Amino acid sequence: MTSAPVLSVRDLKVVTTARNPAEILKGISFDIFPGETLCLVGESGSGKSVTSLVSMDLLPRGELAVAGGEVLLNDEDITKASPSRTRALRGSEMAMIFQEPMTALNPVLTIGLQMDEVFRAHRDMRKPERKAAALEAFESVSLPDPARIYDSFPHQLSGGQRQRVMIAMALALKPKLLIADEPTTALDVTTQKQILELIQRLKEEQNTAVLFITHDMGVVVDIADRVCVMRHGEIVETGKVQDVLSQPKEQYTRDLLAAVPSLTPRKARPQEGQEKVLELIGVNKIFSFQSFISKLLGHEEHSVHAVNDVSFRLDRGRTLGIVGESGSGKSSVARCILRLEDPTSGAVVVNGNDIVPLRGQKALAEARRAVQMIFQDPNRSLNPRLRVGESLIEGPLNSGEARAEAMARAGDILEIVRLPRESLDRYPHQFSGGQRQRIAIARALMMSPDVIVADEAVSALDVSVQAQVLELLAEVQKRQNLAVLFITHDLRVAAQICDDVMVMQRGKVVEFGPAEQVLAHPQHAYTRDLINAAPGRDWDFAKGRNIGALV
Amino acid sequence: MKPSQSAQKAPRSRLLTNPPHWTTVLALVVLVIIVAIAVFAPAVANFEPTQLNAMMRLKPADDTYWMGTDSYGRDLYSRVIYGAQVSLLVGAGVSIGALVIGLPLGLLAGWFRGLDAVLMRMMDGMMAIPGILLAIAIVALTDAGLTTVIIAIMLPEIPQVVRLVRSRVLSTRSETFVDAAVLLGTPPLRLIWRHLLPSTIAPLIVQGTYIYASAILTEAALSFLGVGIGTETPTWGNIMAEGRLYFALNPWLVYWPAIVLSLCILSINLLGDALRDRLDPKMKGRSI
Repeated sequence: MTSAPVLSVRDLKVVTTARNPAEILKGISFDIFPGETLCLVGESGSGKSVTSLVSMDLLPRGELAVAGGEVLLNDEDITKASPSRTRALRGSEMAMIFQEPMTALNPVLTIGLQMDEVFRAHRDMRKPERKAAALEAFESVSLPDPARIYDSFPHQLSGGQRQRVMIAMALALKPKLLIADEPTTALDVTTQKQILELIQRLKEEQNTAVLFITHDMGVVVDIADRVCVMRHGEIVETGKVQDVLSQPKEQYTRDLLAAVPSLTPRKARPQEGQEKVLELIGVNKIFSFQSFISKLLGHEEHSVHAVNDVSFRLDRGRTLGIVGESGSGKSSVARCILRLEDPTSGAVVVNGNDIVPLRGQKALAEARRAVQMIFQDPNRSLNPRLRVGESLIEGPLNSGEARAEAMARAGDILEIVRLPRESLDRYPHQFSGGQRQRIAIARALMMSPDVIVADEAVSALDVSVQAQVLELLAEVQKRQNLAVLFITHDLRVAAQICDDVMVMQRGKVVEFGPAEQVLAHPQHAYTRDLINAAPGRDWDFAKGRNIGALV
Repeated sequence: MKPSQSAQKAPRSRLLTNPPHWTTVLALVVLVIIVAIAVFAPAVANFEPTQLNAMMRLKPADDTYWMGTDSYGRDLYSRVIYGAQVSLLVGAGVSIGALVIGLPLGLLAGWFRGLDAVLMRMMDGMMAIPGILLAIAIVALTDAGLTTVIIAIMLPEIPQVVRLVRSRVLSTRSETFVDAAVLLGTPPLRLIWRHLLPSTIAPLIVQGTYIYASAILTEAALSFLGVGIGTETPTWGNIMAEGRLYFALNPWLVYWPAIVLSLCILSINLLGDALRDRLDPKMKGRSI
């Protein structure tokens, strides 16, 4: 690259403006050239999002401040420019897309009006011209039927369409720099793949420089030209993506790469005995939405078939993975098994008893003990007002165990999940995300369950923490001979821990079989789509080599 | 992790550490004085509030009668002081009563969806009737004693409390820790007690202060309209109602109780705002 960099960050320092200032960015430097994608990759708290906010001059005022260095956009220092100047630059010279397109769009204005705003603020154009330009911009991001999109409200579009609209807005004025902060994290893999391809194509067409922020190594492989690995506000390693991935120089990069689970399924475990602990027979769940008035008027019922005739069995000591995209019904299956929802029909057999006809907490007590759950977000699944000990003994107290006895047992179980016994007296906020998930696992173990349902249990965790929690889960599974129902959208995780895999789409099971067979030799077209869309599928991160040719 | 830790720890200590705003301190001082006056009314007052003196009707303020006398020659100063007793009692009775009745109803409505439909329609019905009209009707149907007045003012306040508690419960029950508690076999009532009740307490305390202030005001309005507590028991409202007739002769008959009433209400509302800012910093600077 011989041309001048579009964005040049030099020794950038950012501090918190609290009484004891802490350095969030400790002097980072990088350049982005036209037509190039630079990925900032790192775990939560590494400072990658703050970097993007500084570049857009969007640092939260009164909380964070630039303490040194410069951010040069076409040789103009953003950190010293006036607010009105950076406002003019935003949109015309640099643009940003965010993680959650629903919150970035105004829900009460039509897409067209919001797009119009972009042109009105920056360009001297008449109304018909602006509309023509808007339709053209929608066209360029491959949105179907631009005229209809123009008149739609955000909630009438799908997540992928909303993100396309955001990209169309960001690129409408042909900015030199596009900053994308985790733009595909909230999207399904197949949608993610399309959005990544779109950003790639637009970058090439318009010769835009792209600063792409992500935590996902797979996405890095698919989109980056160069990559900066960040940690604790510093750039650990930077270089061409192939080089960094195949020959990482720093230990941290190596650890990070090693923690990325491989898409190649692990060897199947030999099955010992066939003790059935959980069986679903023809389970259906239909959510119907009908107000009292429309019922009176005899309107047709609006309903969603969330779970459609799902049957499977799970044996002691085995792990069954349910994979699928959002809306596939995988979480609804879990909620039916746990009786957080009542199945519309079918049987959920726990240790030989159908629990569907049971009503009320007393009747369900035995099933509640036998099947426990680990939730996605450990920040929300523990009551912040209760000490860890209180949370852990809640279940045992309900089933009549003496308080002192339960507390002693809670201490033992905390040691099993490798937390100190003293944690009993602390509050959840005193722990990190990974530690909190350990507490959640401990809480499930307190019930001595036969089955653990883990609903996206590691999806909210950083990849290195994710590996530790998965390891712990495997360990307790072996120790207690548990059956695990593992629900995930992440095929990599499924490949590494599941014996059997069930693929769901729109409430139906489309493929079910041993993990090795389903993931390595998928039969159903949808399963193949899912595997093809998995970011970085051709790359084995732990071994640092391209395996695209092998698959 | 570090920054979020301190951010989360803050709520525990915030109530004690940050120094309060000077208006808050002033409001607290005023309120403490009013409460002290009410409690020690016999010692502070110069006369019995009901002591008539036909010779001394409608006198202006002097050394004996600090605020002058009313149309029956009763000492206005002593009457205003005894009036504080009724006002504070009514405020306390109404706010405590409304919270005690509204809290469990709100908790149940928020958790049991079947009950919710019935209960909230009843509350809607109650809210459709103007509060002061309902109070007048109740007082008119029974005798106008302190208890009746408290009940009459309290009833229209209950739906507000129920709605507040219910909305807190609805937002808390979507948290996954509530699902987790269900899975641990926690029976409904214990679940409400352990997991839902605590989150309602902070907004409820704040709501309580507003109810307190508005109850005092409503009581004054009822007395002023002549359907409140009889004039043998002085209240700020009925002192003003009587004084109104002689407003042209001696406006201070209305001014004095009005000033004390305003100070009292203002102090309580300022304290309520300060409490709200402390308990829920996100609401800072907003009016209810």
